[in-house]
Order: sequence, then structure tokens, then C-alpha cells
Amino acid sequence: MAFISSGYNPDKPMENRISDIGPRHYSEFLPPVIKNNKGKWLWHEILEPGILMHKAESGEEVYTVRAGSPRLLSVETIREICDIADKHCDGYVRFTTRNNVEFMVDSKDKIAPLKEDLASRKHPGGSFKFPVGGTGAGVTNIVHTQGWIHCHTPASDASGTVKVVLDDLFEEFQQMRLPAQLRISMACCLNMCGAVHCSDIAILGYHRKPPIIDHENLENLCEIPLAVSSCPTAAIRPSKTTIKDPKTGEDKTVKTVAIKNERCMFCGNCYTMCPALPLTDGEGDGLVIMAGGKVSNRISNPKFSKVVVAFIPNETPRWPTLVKVVRQIVEAYAKGARKYERVGDWAERIGWERFFEACDLEFTHHLIDDFRDPAYYTWRQTTNFKF
Amino acid sequence: MPKRETPLLDQLESGPWPSFVSEMKRQSESRHAKENEVQYQIPVDVCDDLLGVLELSYKEGEVHWKHGGIVGVFGYGGGVIGRYCDQPQMFPGVAHFHTVRVNQPAAKYYKADFLRQLCDLWDFRGSGLTNMHGSTGDIVFLGTRTEQLEEIFFELTHNLNQDLGGSGSNLRTPECCLGESRCEWACYDSQELCYQLTMEYQDELHRPAFPYKFKFKFDACPNGCVASIARSDLSFIGTWRDEIRIDQEAVAAYAGGEISPNGGAHAGKDWGPFDLQKEVIDLCPTECMWMEDGKLKINDKECTRCMHCLNVMPRALRIGNDRGLSILVGAKAPILDGAQMGSLLVPFIKAEEPYDEIKEVIENIWDWWMEEGKNRERIGETMKRMGFQRLLEVTGIPPMPQHVQEPRTNPYIFWKEEEVPGGWDRDIADYRSRHQK
Repeated sequence: MAFISSGYNPDKPMENRISDIGPRHYSEFLPPVIKNNKGKWLWHEILEPGILMHKAESGEEVYTVRAGSPRLLSVETIREICDIADKHCDGYVRFTTRNNVEFMVDSKDKIAPLKEDLASRKHPGGSFKFPVGGTGAGVTNIVHTQGWIHCHTPASDASGTVKVVLDDLFEEFQQMRLPAQLRISMACCLNMCGAVHCSDIAILGYHRKPPIIDHENLENLCEIPLAVSSCPTAAIRPSKTTIKDPKTGEDKTVKTVAIKNERCMFCGNCYTMCPALPLTDGEGDGLVIMAGGKVSNRISNPKFSKVVVAFIPNETPRWPTLVKVVRQIVEAYAKGARKYERVGDWAERIGWERFFEACDLEFTHHLIDDFRDPAYYTWRQTTNFKF
Repeated sequence: MPKRETPLLDQLESGPWPSFVSEMKRQSESRHAKENEVQYQIPVDVCDDLLGVLELSYKEGEVHWKHGGIVGVFGYGGGVIGRYCDQPQMFPGVAHFHTVRVNQPAAKYYKADFLRQLCDLWDFRGSGLTNMHGSTGDIVFLGTRTEQLEEIFFELTHNLNQDLGGSGSNLRTPECCLGESRCEWACYDSQELCYQLTMEYQDELHRPAFPYKFKFKFDACPNGCVASIARSDLSFIGTWRDEIRIDQEAVAAYAGGEISPNGGAHAGKDWGPFDLQKEVIDLCPTECMWMEDGKLKINDKECTRCMHCLNVMPRALRIGNDRGLSILVGAKAPILDGAQMGSLLVPFIKAEEPYDEIKEVIENIWDWWMEEGKNRERIGETMKRMGFQRLLEVTGIPPMPQHVQEPRTNPYIFWKEEEVPGGWDRDIADYRSRHQK
């Protein structure tokens, strides 16, 4: 593995340096039919699941074939996407916010061969590489975070939980039989790198044990005042303790922190500020399920997802309880909601007490908010409840 | 075959949904197959070791990546995320496994030649594994070693005319919906505004100087396809302030069942014949629509532009012509004090180049936040702590009913001294002349 330089000279880092040039301008990458009709689209139609047609004022049409992806893509697969784009779409392709790949063509007769081509491509393990779907009143790709693959604070894996849920809901990705679109999102810790807090169904990685204090290293790894101030519930205070010096075996006093465990809500903010306070734990960590959020302003206001299952353990590799719970919610929603009604709107119409019945979910004390002001606004202050 | 046994991960190769494990194995096999023709600049078995460390996490239920680490390219404070494995002896191929964030072209359109250039670069100098795309929108290159970072940056800027994205306490890579490029509901050119603001604020993107992260997201209409209202500190949502354009013939065609509603989005189930009264007029949240003499009427003054009727009948109803955008401030995920939705600050602003009015709003907010914001405090939390009125003061925006869901329910009004005639300083002797002790 000989080191090959690109031309960068570490002795003169500023020589020929180019910086702050920003991204490439999108107009370089727009397919001609898109570029010609930009800002002049009249209407669209979903011809079948995963296939869209947009009609322009000029009379021109663009057909889009949308395919799912696991978000984590090898460059080998991206090259394959390029080959498909070259073969069918003059080399143009786009990705969606929800990690789908979209192939666009300018006439209807180009769809069938493209669709056939995509459907024929499978991984050796049996999964589709480019399943077509993800449009309209169905489930689209699950946006997610890094999980155990690449993050330092996750309480679960992201790619794996998404894979097992979408394996189970695969037909919902390829159909449009739901009352409205159903957006599922996954975040592997409370930091929520995606917008899972406003999703129809959210899968959230969660820790349940307070940080372990690495007394021996804390003083060297952390700014104690920063660790103290990082805690939103004031559970951390500066402290001193006596430990055995690992080298000499003698007692020594070190500066460290103490934690009031009962105040901890396991957010992990202290760990972000102080690496000597790790939280991850095979027994403690798992998933929270939230439901009923949305970001669209359509009919009702955007709303947050609500916690409906306080804990599901990390049952690797296929998380059967998670899959079962998500399926229960999807089925109950499909059965109970009216056309155009999102999960949260349905739950509010029938009442959350009915939501738990319909989804066959247990209501526990963990689902009553006890965190500061937001808690008060969620308690019921009326006699208009249902038995 | 990858060099390690991964019995747990192997179970994620079956099932119809595309397997990320298969992706990792595919890259592993490719690297071993091309080992003699490509001089890989990081260990050839990087994917095998990544599978190995992930398998260990699946076995234990615990993560094996260390906390951060400061790495980056010269002159930038963001764009690279340092990552080290906490079992480097077991998995030397991923002992260093830094992420590189690459600023995506707006709305994620690509041409194959550019994608191939990115692939070649990342195959050669990194793991060959990517995220297309990360949650914030960047092209994410997963895993390389420190000595490759400057080389990657040099090749990106010199040969690919392409820059890094943001990470750390700076402006994060702005992201937009596809807007006018392929949507009839775009109220402004979200791609162009995203691009122009990304270019304007390159310094803020690459050199962390903020209390915490700051996100711009651009939704060209209130449907919100990039979720800006939920996850961006400044959310730009397209809207209009004149009348919805109605094609009465198309309305009749929808009513008569000749065109399927909602662009055919409900085709997978038999919902019965389309009922215009029930599915559009009765679901209008402001009840501002009715049928009169066989024609659809809208009292546009009462419309809140929720998009439902347009979504249901895209061939009959079109957005108005007096278009612009609304700016909302302060959305964030729950960390630390609970989730916040964006709050409406500017109900309507034109989105016309050079976007000076929009930039003025942004810069006023930044000046205030950089002055008053605490370390690791998002603008939404600063607003909550200091009050929405301060945001109005610093941006010079007059208060209006659009700013609130409802007026305050407590009368604890913080009157300022200059608002009260005579000010606050009073003479106790004068008071006593009128009131005995």
C-alpha cells in the first residue's frame, strides 16, 4: 500500500489551495426535460406504485421510476446505478430526501424496460437492489441515522432495524392501500439526527442506564464544569473520590463528578461533552416507539410524535418485537383511519385511549409525561374522556 | 468472501428490502478482487473489519466506536468527523474510520460521470462505503484514515470542483426539496435559494463560530417534503398570497370521476367513487370552499394554504401567482429541553435574487444568537429563554397576530421603562406627601 499523493504538499498547505467553492451547481445535473420545464409544471399523476408522471405547460412529460435503497451504498452499487442511468436515462439520476433513487425518462415507452431492468437486479443474499415503490398512500423508505455502523452514541443499530421493518412492510412500499402516506423514521439516539420526532411512526434508540463514571480518566479526558453544565436535569455535580493508582497500587484522590442517578433521563449529553461518562449497555439499551407526528401543514398543523411504547429490547439481528409492534400500528391505522387521515389525525379523532386499544398496545406509567412544562400540557384537563 | 464470519449479520441479507450487509460484502469482495490492480490507500480489508465490529455490536448490543476526535482539513473546522474503533487490535482495518461530509448538489440530482468520479475517489482513498445521503443531506463518505483527508480534499476541490459540507458548531449543509425542478406546487426556486445561501455563507459553513449547530432547510410549499418545519433552525417554506387558480372543467372532471384524485395516490384500495363535497370541501380546515351553480368557489381571504385541495385535485387547482416564502425559526429535536417546532417569524417575503431581504433576516438572527446564545444552545432554545419579542426586536419585524396561535394567557407583561409614561424613577418624598407611612 504505497502512499500516492494527489498533489497536496503538506509542507506548503496553502500552495494552490482551493477552498470555499461550495457544491456543484444543480443545473449541471438536471435532465434536459427537467431543465426545459423548470418552474412550468402543470400537474402530476402516480401511474402505478413507484412511477410518477409530471406534465409541463409545454406538453412535455417526465416519467420517474422511484426505487428504494438501504442508504448505505457501496461505490460498486453506485457505479451500477450510473450504468442503469446511462442505459435508460442519458446518465441522469437523483436521490430523494428519504434515500430513494429516482430514474427519470422523457417518454412513456422507456418505463417498462427500465422497470424490468431494476426488478431483475438482486444481491446474492436474495434482497432486491432497487425495489420500485415508495409513492402515494403507502410507506416510503425509512430515513435513519448511523447506528452501530458509525456513531459513538447509539443505543441501537439503525440500518438493521430499518431493514427488518421494511422487509416486513415491503408490500406497503410497493402498494398504495393506506389512508394516507405513512412516514416511518429511525434515530439511534435522542440526538435524533433525522426528524423522527415528527413522523407517523418513529423508531428511537434509547439508553436506560445512567453513565458509568470512569474516575481514573475523567479528569484527563474532560472539562468538569462542562460536564456539569451539560446536564439538563442537574444530576451531575463536581466531586472527589479516592481510587487505587493502577501503577503504584496506592490510594490517590482524583477530581471527578458524582451523579444523582434518579435525576438522569439518559439523554447522553454528558457523554458528548465528556468521554469518561459512557452510557452504552447491552441490557439497558433498546428502542422507544413514537407515533402520530407529521411535518406537513395539510389539513391539520404539523405535530410531534408521541411515545406509545416505552421500551423494546435490542433483539438482534431481526428485532421481532419491534417488527410486530410497527405492524400492529400500521394494520390498525389501515383499518381504522379515513381517506387522507394521517396516523396522528386518526389517533386524535378516535382519542388516544382508543388508539391503544386499536393497536393492541399496553398503556404504562412511562407514557405519562413527567418532564418539565411539556408534561403539564399533555395531562387531561377535561371530563371528555372515553371509557 | 469477506475474511470474517458474521452469522448474525448474514441473517440481514435475506428478505426483499435492499440489504446494507450485502452492500458491505459487495464492497469487500470488490476490493479483494481488485487488490492487484488498485493501490488502495487505506487497508484493503476495511469492509471486512467494519462487518466484524458491527457483528460484535450485534452480539453484545453495544457500540464500539470511540468518542469523536479532532481531525479535519487545514483551514476548515467542519466537514470531517473523526472516528476511531475501540477495539483496534481486533479490527485494525477500521482503527481509524473518519467520515467525510461532501456538500450535495441541490435536490440531489446527478450525472453519472460526476458520480463515478466520486466513486473512484472514495474507492481509492476510503472504504468505498457511502451514505446516499446523510440525514442533513450531505453525500457521506464512510471511513478513511487521517493521512488521506487532505488528499481527498485536494482532489475534490482541484479535480471535482466540489466542496465539503458542515459539521460541528457551524452552519450545517443547507438542504432543499426538488422545488421548481419537478413540482407544480413550488412557490419559489428552493434549489436556487439553497445554492445561493450555501455560497454566501461558506465561511459560516466551514469555520465553527456559533454556539451550536444551525440548519437551513428549504421547502418550496407547505407540504414540507424536506421536513424543514421540524428540523431546521431557519425554515423557508414557500407560500402565496393571492388566489388559487381554478380550472372549472377539471373540477367537473374530478367530480365526474374522470380523473383520479390525489394524483392516483390511493389507487391500491377501493375507496368508492370520489366525493368532492366529502373529500375536499368538508375537509377544508377553514371551510372556505363551496359549490355554486356547478362551480367550485373559494373565499381565498380565509384560506390558510394548507395544500389539501391542491393535493387532491392537482389538475384543477393551482397555487397563486403572487408567490414567496414564510420564514420559521427554531425547530429542533428533543435534546436537551424537548422538541421544538419552527415558529413563524416572517409570514411573507419575496424570494428574488439577490435575496438581500432574506439575508438581512438571517444575519440579524445570527448576530443576536452569537451574542446571547449559551454554549450548545440552539436558536430555538435561546428564543424560549429570552422570549419571542426579543427576536422581533433584533429583526425589526413588527408584531402581528400571525406570530401567535393565541395571545398570552398570563398577564405578566414585561413593560419596558420607556413604554411607561414618566419612567420608573419616582421620588419617595413626593409619594409620602400623598401617602402616610
